[in-house]
Amino acid sequence: MNGGQDMGGTHGFGPVVVEKDEAVFQADWERRIFGTQICTRLRGIDTLDEVREGLESMSPAQYLSASYYEKWILALERLLVEKQVLTEDELLARYSEFAANPSADLPSHPEPSFVEFADRVVRTGGSASREVVKPPSFRAGDIVITRNVHPCRHTRMPRYVRGRRGVIERVYDAFLLPDLNVTGVEQPEYVYAVALEGRELWGESAEARSRVYIDLWESYLLPGEEAA
Amino acid sequence: MSEVEHVQPGHLLSEREATLRTRALESLLLEKGVLADGAVDAVAGIYENDVGPLIGARVIAHAWVDPAFKARLLADGGRAVKELGITGIEGDHLVVLENTRDVHNVVVCTLCSCYPWALLGLPPRWYKSYAYRSRVVIEPRTVLRELGLDVPESVEIRVWDSSSDMRYMVLPERPARTEALGEAELAELVTREAMIGIATVST
Repeated sequence: MNGGQDMGGTHGFGPVVVEKDEAVFQADWERRIFGTQICTRLRGIDTLDEVREGLESMSPAQYLSASYYEKWILALERLLVEKQVLTEDELLARYSEFAANPSADLPSHPEPSFVEFADRVVRTGGSASREVVKPPSFRAGDIVITRNVHPCRHTRMPRYVRGRRGVIERVYDAFLLPDLNVTGVEQPEYVYAVALEGRELWGESAEARSRVYIDLWESYLLPGEEAA
Repeated sequence: MSEVEHVQPGHLLSEREATLRTRALESLLLEKGVLADGAVDAVAGIYENDVGPLIGARVIAHAWVDPAFKARLLADGGRAVKELGITGIEGDHLVVLENTRDVHNVVVCTLCSCYPWALLGLPPRWYKSYAYRSRVVIEPRTVLRELGLDVPESVEIRVWDSSSDMRYMVLPERPARTEALGEAELAELVTREAMIGIATVST
């Protein structure tokens, strides 16, 4: 989706400011929305691709105006309503109750086994790669052309790398194609780190001796010679 | 505009709204049995208390003193850090990029905020900022120079845009005249910024 999130190469955002000793979370609600979102994913309610599509579906104006964790609130509310885990009316009603009485207690749902599960999964992780029977279509050193496509839903190929000539740098395992995963279809494909010369991306504006390496799924790529 | 506004431009919600909306979500999800008592605190607490850039720094220092480990780390980062007992979400598919006299690597996620949580904890605000995400792919030398890192033109800059499940971390150059330092002392020199590639390590 050519949305607000796709900002590689955009001008006008000012200097990068590195803060000293910043806190992990800037407010209690940030840590709570972070933990809540991780838990809904661990329950299997949503996938990371769906959460990302939720962020990308915001209008660019809203995307750019919202802080990082504000976007998480907005995207999670929308996703949970879409998935019929809760309704908009329930959210509004609960919001009003807490607005009237901010110190009201949260309901209790004791389930220590889930807390242990969440703690264990976050600490131990787990591979997301999938088995694919056929061998990769490209090898390191192959010239490829990135497809010039503009999908209106979730994709992980940003605009600034589309329709460019590059070289396969590394061949990784296969992972679910994000574009189909958000539609509920699990299609594993090999992922490649593709090297793109600065000049190929930015023309005369490119800085000297700079390259971008980006990870692209197999169906984002065409063989170089065919498209030449 | 204050410095902090540059980092996170604007707010759509007031603090009160953000607090109440988060609380409404949490409350409903507890009621429906999606969340469980203590689960949110357990998950957030991992990144507040246990998992942060000190883990990555330990890996870097170990690679500096043990060439065989360094070779394994560069060949398959995810497998190598497991040797040290390092695991976690957003870290299984780790790729470690070596900075040398000739090559300077720097990591970004232009589309969101992909970051090797298991090694470095949650990303700092500069990494998530629109300025960093938009600029470092088109003008990396300029961005690094503004941050105080002058990369000479004899050095190639490689910007890694983390768009897949792979997570990237930079192995910075070991500073000169640190032969006398032990692994723990070396680890203390390694910053989060150096492991993403916007700084070098100095004594």
